[in-house]
Amino acid sequence: MIKKKLARRDVLKGTTALAAVGMSGVVFAAPARAQAPAAAAITPELIEAAKKEGKVAFYTAMDLTLAQRLGRSFEQSFPGITARVERSGAERVFTRIAQEFSSNIFAVDVANTSDLAHVIHWKRDGLLTPYLPEEVVKHYPKNYYDPEGFQIVTRVLVSPFGYNTNLVKAEEAPKSFADLLDPKWAGKMVKAHPAYSGTIMNSTYQTARELGWEYFEKLSKQRIMQVQSATDTPKKIALGERAIMIDGAGYLIIQYKEKGDPVDIIYPAEGTPVATSPSVLFKNAPNPNAGRLFQNWMHSREAQQILVDFARQYSPHGQTVEKPGVRKLADIKLMKEDAEAIEKGAEEIKKRYSALFKV
Amino acid sequence: MTIALRAQLEDRRTFKLDLSVPLLLTFAALLCVLILLPISWLVMYAITEVDPATKARVLTLAQFRTLFSDPDLVEPLITTMIVALSSSVVCCLVAAPMGWLVARTDMPMTRVIRALVTASFVTPPFLGAIAWEILAAPNSGLLNKLYRSATGAEMDAYLFNIYSMPGLIFVIACYTFPYVFVLVANALDRIPGDLEDASSILGAGTWTTARRVTIPLVLPALLAGALVAFLQAMILFGSPAILALPAGFHTMTTKIWSLFQYPPKPELAAAASLPLLFLTVMLLRGQQMILGRKGYSIVGGKSGEPRLIQLGWLVVPALIFVFIVLMLPVFLPYFALLNAAFSPIATTLVTPATFTMKNFYFTFFELSTTHLALKNTFILGAAAATIGTVLALVISYATARKAIAGHRILGFLATAPLAIPGIVLGVGLFLAYTRPPFVLYGTLWVLLLAYITIELPAAYQQLQSAFRAVHPELEDASRILGATRLQALRDVTAPLLRTSVLATWCFIFVSTVRELSAAIMLFTSETKVVSVLIFDLKESGDLGAIAILGLSMLVLTFTVVIFINRIPGFGGSGLRNT
Repeated sequence: MIKKKLARRDVLKGTTALAAVGMSGVVFAAPARAQAPAAAAITPELIEAAKKEGKVAFYTAMDLTLAQRLGRSFEQSFPGITARVERSGAERVFTRIAQEFSSNIFAVDVANTSDLAHVIHWKRDGLLTPYLPEEVVKHYPKNYYDPEGFQIVTRVLVSPFGYNTNLVKAEEAPKSFADLLDPKWAGKMVKAHPAYSGTIMNSTYQTARELGWEYFEKLSKQRIMQVQSATDTPKKIALGERAIMIDGAGYLIIQYKEKGDPVDIIYPAEGTPVATSPSVLFKNAPNPNAGRLFQNWMHSREAQQILVDFARQYSPHGQTVEKPGVRKLADIKLMKEDAEAIEKGAEEIKKRYSALFKV
Repeated sequence: MTIALRAQLEDRRTFKLDLSVPLLLTFAALLCVLILLPISWLVMYAITEVDPATKARVLTLAQFRTLFSDPDLVEPLITTMIVALSSSVVCCLVAAPMGWLVARTDMPMTRVIRALVTASFVTPPFLGAIAWEILAAPNSGLLNKLYRSATGAEMDAYLFNIYSMPGLIFVIACYTFPYVFVLVANALDRIPGDLEDASSILGAGTWTTARRVTIPLVLPALLAGALVAFLQAMILFGSPAILALPAGFHTMTTKIWSLFQYPPKPELAAAASLPLLFLTVMLLRGQQMILGRKGYSIVGGKSGEPRLIQLGWLVVPALIFVFIVLMLPVFLPYFALLNAAFSPIATTLVTPATFTMKNFYFTFFELSTTHLALKNTFILGAAAATIGTVLALVISYATARKAIAGHRILGFLATAPLAIPGIVLGVGLFLAYTRPPFVLYGTLWVLLLAYITIELPAAYQQLQSAFRAVHPELEDASRILGATRLQALRDVTAPLLRTSVLATWCFIFVSTVRELSAAIMLFTSETKVVSVLIFDLKESGDLGAIAILGLSMLVLTFTVVIFINRIPGFGGSGLRNT
């Protein structure tokens, strides 16, 4: 493996050298392979360099307690480096980074979004730097990372329904998107917003594609309580503020249920919206080494197991051990993710959505 | 020869005197930059757009066409007007009788009542809004739960729904009524008893006197209060962001904020800011006209103690009324926050068995932005208070003593920010300081500028009245004895003003800590302040951490407020000029 890695790096070096003197042809025979960065291990040199920087800035859309848990575990694994977590909805993370970069403020090292379309933007604008941790190359399915190393899927999110078991009996709970239009649910549902949350951007796009915008038009007549983040809707039904969660972080429903809150999950009959949540490393990262270390560590088995055990999320890491209580991804009828379509249509989606739901 | 010498001497004296002029001019220039730069950018953005072909800015009215034709923008404008008008009316209905009770009747505990009004004034409105969510969300709200368990009502029956237009109006009024109260109570304090006595002597009964003398005298103050309340409700960002969005409507401030979502539309945001700016200027003009007319009411000066009306048995309903009113902005929300801070579930009453320090631990030891935000807030509060006080001191000196030509302009500039709503200033500063020559966005400086600009008018007005109270003859004496203007200031005036200066400092500090609407436009991850952190936590519904942070903020604020009140001669006067 090490030998192979070295070889790949040599090829890469060769590419640059040859390209520099204007010779092409032979080396460019396999361009995709040539561009892939060498799989990187966590080396003592990297740790040392990261410690010199002393901190890492992690912008993320994941639930705050999980994000802080990851940050703290990282700090414990690498004493001397502090991890600062900046949490908000993925669309707000995206806005924040755009706003900061347009003013030449480079404060972010690693970002984790729940909207794959953001990566298309960032990559096209040349904001990212390629980096592939060894474990990712070894243990992640190919569709969960960019072969060029610009993006790694940290977790896979689903956006199912949820309901408060004190307020709704299991047999009466809605089973499908169509059921949500029943007048008996009017005023009893809570929903997150695609302009703030990446998960909801995905779910809105996928639901509209499957059921048409007419569906949302009807849904908007149901006196919906509109919150921002996909991590807020589970909290609202756990408090009993609303009986039904239309969309939001499925993993929090499972977390809360296991904690003893009166909530349960429903996978709608038409299919459950899904969003892969990638992490990226920025080219202008203020702490490039700490950033690499964090990106590497976050996709290691150790960190990924925290996602599974603590956060009840789906890990793309092949070696994580599943903990019973979460339905396997393969057993859920999932809608299909389409990052390109969202990348092109995000503004239109937000506009149509706010025209219907008034916010 | 002698004449020439005298002329020379005089020259020197003028020169000596003029040392203060360059200093004052510097401050004038500073003020211009502080206020005119963001506003110019705002106007520039509002009336131009980037031509896609040439990449150059061209004049256009397209933004305004969109603003007044797109229902997405027209609706928030109408909503804002309804909300502002209603909450202003509610404020007056509540605050006017309360002000009268406190100032003109023999009701007991007026000190406590005034202190509690101050408490509702220093409570950040967005924190109040979150607390009211915990209390009056239709299903999980504590009050609605209480109602259901008391009446055995259905699962989704509720008494209050805070996620509604009336709910929003109510919460805004809760934290705006102090403005009306203070204006009315101060006016009533100042009405000389003689006028009422004269009325009585001429045979009018208590109610006739009230109707024909007292009420007409206090009406200008009430109207001014109504305008201020309208203004405050119109420019508020936090409460509508927290309560209106779940209810499914936007106000102008939340709409402006959402225009910065990717892809940002700064031109439209700038254009949408201008109606707010325009309305504010108009309202302040209106207030000035009304208050200007008030002059006749205090012609008699403080010649007689105001006469206190004997309430008799009415004191009981009066006290009940006042305490119900104060329960709404102070007791209930604080209770809700305390409960949320130490309960595992924010909307379940904490018992000794469920009492938890989990939220406290999480906020202070796990949440990685807490320390940064607290540090930034403290630095900004202290710096804004210090610089703002110095600035206000110099300007109010210049205007009160007419020290330089054009001091009027200086005074106007210092009060001008009153007309700039926080979120509009935020947009303006964002546009002004994200590009050369002043790239300040991303630093604490831009927030500092915002805070100073926002707080300057109140600070200036406080210190100006303080300067007016110190007769210039003391300075003149010192000048005659050979001191320069700056020396006279330092050795004579400054010691006399110490109390006011300290009070102004504290006032700016407190106001800075609770500011959200400008900060929300200007923060970056490195320059986050506590109010913004609370707002972010709200987005994901982390009520426990919000409660802990909010309470820490209140503790910080109250420490400073109590400190102010310990300084003799201040009392709640910080309220007077806002």
